[in-house]
Amino acid sequence: MTDLGPLIPRNREAHPDAYDPAYKTSVARSPYLPLLSMESGLSEETGPTFGHSKLGVLDNNLILNWTKGAAPAVGERILMHGRVVDENNRAVPNTLVEIWQANAGGRYRHKKDTYLAPLDPNFGGCGRTLTDENGYYQFLTIRPGAYPWPNRGNDWRPMHIHISVYGHSFGQRLITQMYFEGDPLINHCPIAATIKNRSQLDRLVAPLDLASSRPLDFLAYKFDIVLRGRRQTMFENKLEGM
Amino acid sequence: MVQKLDTLVETPSQTAGPYVHIGLMPTYAGNAGYYDEEIGTSPIADGAKGEVIEIVGSVFDGTGWAMRDALLESWQPDAAGKFPGQEGADPAVTGLCRFAADADTGEFTLRTVKPGKVAQRGGGFAAPHISVWICARGINIGLQTRIYFEDEDNSTDPLLARIEQRPRVDTLIAKKIGEGKYRFDVRLQGEGETVFLDI
Repeated sequence: MTDLGPLIPRNREAHPDAYDPAYKTSVARSPYLPLLSMESGLSEETGPTFGHSKLGVLDNNLILNWTKGAAPAVGERILMHGRVVDENNRAVPNTLVEIWQANAGGRYRHKKDTYLAPLDPNFGGCGRTLTDENGYYQFLTIRPGAYPWPNRGNDWRPMHIHISVYGHSFGQRLITQMYFEGDPLINHCPIAATIKNRSQLDRLVAPLDLASSRPLDFLAYKFDIVLRGRRQTMFENKLEGM
Repeated sequence: MVQKLDTLVETPSQTAGPYVHIGLMPTYAGNAGYYDEEIGTSPIADGAKGEVIEIVGSVFDGTGWAMRDALLESWQPDAAGKFPGQEGADPAVTGLCRFAADADTGEFTLRTVKPGKVAQRGGGFAAPHISVWICARGINIGLQTRIYFEDEDNSTDPLLARIEQRPRVDTLIAKKIGEGKYRFDVRLQGEGETVFLDI
């Protein structure tokens, strides 16, 4: 069992379908034809690695990183933290976790966002970090605001933080969103509702984690992430022609 | 009742949304200088061995509109088919590139080295290709595909061989439009729909 086997095939039932008419933009952006399923090879089993040298000390502190530490962002201070593991429940160490989000008023610092809530001069809205040897990561940030978006007549995004993870192979690539426990907008959001399995959607809802909060400073929300795993049996290295 | 499995279920995907560039390509989003060093700005450094090539194209939605907000990532080996981290790999090839459709024209450009063929588990080779992952608003789970090259021998590639409708193979093959220049368009749905992968 020295060599890792192929990636475990993706369980598509764990994910949203490409086509979901309640999320209007998906209608013209979803393939009609079935995906071509194949066993992974080196192209999917290898992936980029990132060193600490590329990262700055404030990269995972969104309260301070836009102003390079000069002034804190407005909003409810929170710690977002958790572990990245694979389907075999093994830690995924030294992997890049990137996040981006709206400010406390629900406005993104993006040239295309024209929502009437103002930009916070002290908030940029993105961060990145590497998981430690146990797959653990953390970000200090502010809780993003909910905001309206053009879809059906009156659709609002629940408070959410976007998360991007690589794992150790390009085939593990995953982008998702973290929601907040107790947000009533989750049940009205057509993007959250693209996930048809309620227990899967619940896995995107971070619980309030009082034990990890710091009194008189910040609240904590825990968000664990499971990436695809590798098949590991003694039968992987099959001989040619077998 | 049966015994309990120890395996976990993958975290579900959600769309990267319209503002994905803030997180992955801050300079493109208008936030240049956010990070000291941005990730994936080029898959190669100076001195990379092999032929430097440029691939241009667009990602078209089902109405034929070239999407202005598509963000793509590519992953590839060096000119000898070795991936970063493999023994003997070209240290000037980092392999990952992030690139986005132009906000005005919808056209993207990927500048890289042409990859070599890749050894397969159990023998044989995959024809030279670049893995591509596409995300955008309206894409609920990132779309995987591959760029092959029309001036390479693709006849024994195991993935291309699996495509039943032979004309669809062409959707994965970049067309040569000049010396070291290729065109690769992605069509998300309908006529000429690109073959997307579950791999």
